[in-house]
Amino acid sequence: MSFIGHYNYWIVIFLMMIGFYIVISHGNLIKKLMGLSIFQTSVFILYISMGKVKGGTAPILDDSITLYSNPLPHVLILTAIVVGIATTAVGLALVVRIREAYGTIEEGEIQTKDNQEC
Amino acid sequence: MGFLVLTAISIALSRDLFASVMLTGIYSLLSAVFFVLMDAVDVAFTEASVGAGISTILMVSTLKLTGRYEDPSRHNIFLGLVVVFVTGVLLIFGTTDMPNFAALDSPVQTHVGPHYIGQSFAEIGVPNIVTSVLASYRGYDTFGETVVIFTAGVGVLSLLAFRPPKGAPAQTVSAMDQHKILRVVSKVLIPPILIFALYVQFHGDFGPGGGFQAGVIFAAAIILYAMLFGLDTARRVISQPLVQILSAVGVLLYGSVGVVSMLNGKSFLDYSALAQDSVHGQHYGILLVELGVGITVTAVMIIIFFTFASRVEKPANDHSTQTIPESIDPSRSEES
Repeated sequence: MSFIGHYNYWIVIFLMMIGFYIVISHGNLIKKLMGLSIFQTSVFILYISMGKVKGGTAPILDDSITLYSNPLPHVLILTAIVVGIATTAVGLALVVRIREAYGTIEEGEIQTKDNQEC
Repeated sequence: MGFLVLTAISIALSRDLFASVMLTGIYSLLSAVFFVLMDAVDVAFTEASVGAGISTILMVSTLKLTGRYEDPSRHNIFLGLVVVFVTGVLLIFGTTDMPNFAALDSPVQTHVGPHYIGQSFAEIGVPNIVTSVLASYRGYDTFGETVVIFTAGVGVLSLLAFRPPKGAPAQTVSAMDQHKILRVVSKVLIPPILIFALYVQFHGDFGPGGGFQAGVIFAAAIILYAMLFGLDTARRVISQPLVQILSAVGVLLYGSVGVVSMLNGKSFLDYSALAQDSVHGQHYGILLVELGVGITVTAVMIIIFFTFASRVEKPANDHSTQTIPESIDPSRSEES
């Protein structure tokens, strides 16, 4: 296992863990959604870095180029980015409705209000 | 990469949510730069437009409706750090078996990838391999993705379209009258942005681009218009029923291309049934399918922005001030 060869995976894992930490330990719902989007983007970075070929170029066919980077991860991540924004939009809409129903978007206060009602 | 880490850490530590949203936009932009370095130009295009553009707009709109600062008390900092550390160590242990960065013989490069690179021009005839894989080889997945975007639009509409019953009538995003420079510049810029979106849509076969990117850029132009000239003006240009119908039209177009292929005797979304020559059939199929995707993405992004923006209440003073990003709730806890 070489350091240079695996450096990109470790950076990605570090970014993922930052996003994960934000989701677990911040109470504010919007902050959690931001942490989730950091997590998602770092996963995309992982996949795209796996598709890169040393000395290759963008996968658009041209007569003067012989080596291309793999287009398959690009397609998967394209779909993933768009689906991610769709779920974020629905999540933000839910946050707006929660705010109108409870008056706050801090997780602790929402749970307190829920416990009081029961 | 270092900048990405720095930005992520500062998002975690910041209490000011508006600053965090801007930092999230910077994070998306930096990852788009990274994607370009990794030769993923289509992905960088999409990430820059979607992550740094639409995502930031939506989060700022939500901040406008909920409040700018977060409560400084965090629960379970120690437990969170422990869980994160353990997960990180396990994941790093898992990467020891992974192939080296950019190696030529890693498994991801040796199975389907060379087939796409080698055969796609002969079978489909489109220089942008990502577009040919997205629209033709994996057209079924892209159909599902378009339906997901449509569903998200429907979801946001069902959550937010009902206006809250308040005493004062809900005032929408007001026109920024005193920002004359912005208004003049954007009046000049919006037509070229729309033309650029059309270019990206139809040139996606030959360079980076395609339906998603074009749809997002088109929607961004409309959103810019709505932000600067008022939501009511924008609603007169693009009426709500029109975009709702358009979002369904895109999905319908995609599905009907597949059904036409079936009616011609081949399987669903087999484009070679659309014309005499198989390669021409692929060209028609990709063109129509990308158009459907572009229409749906545009319409859904506009719907989402309109529903968020129509929830914003009238500010206390009557002057048309900059409505985003001032906090509307003075009782939120202030920054410590």
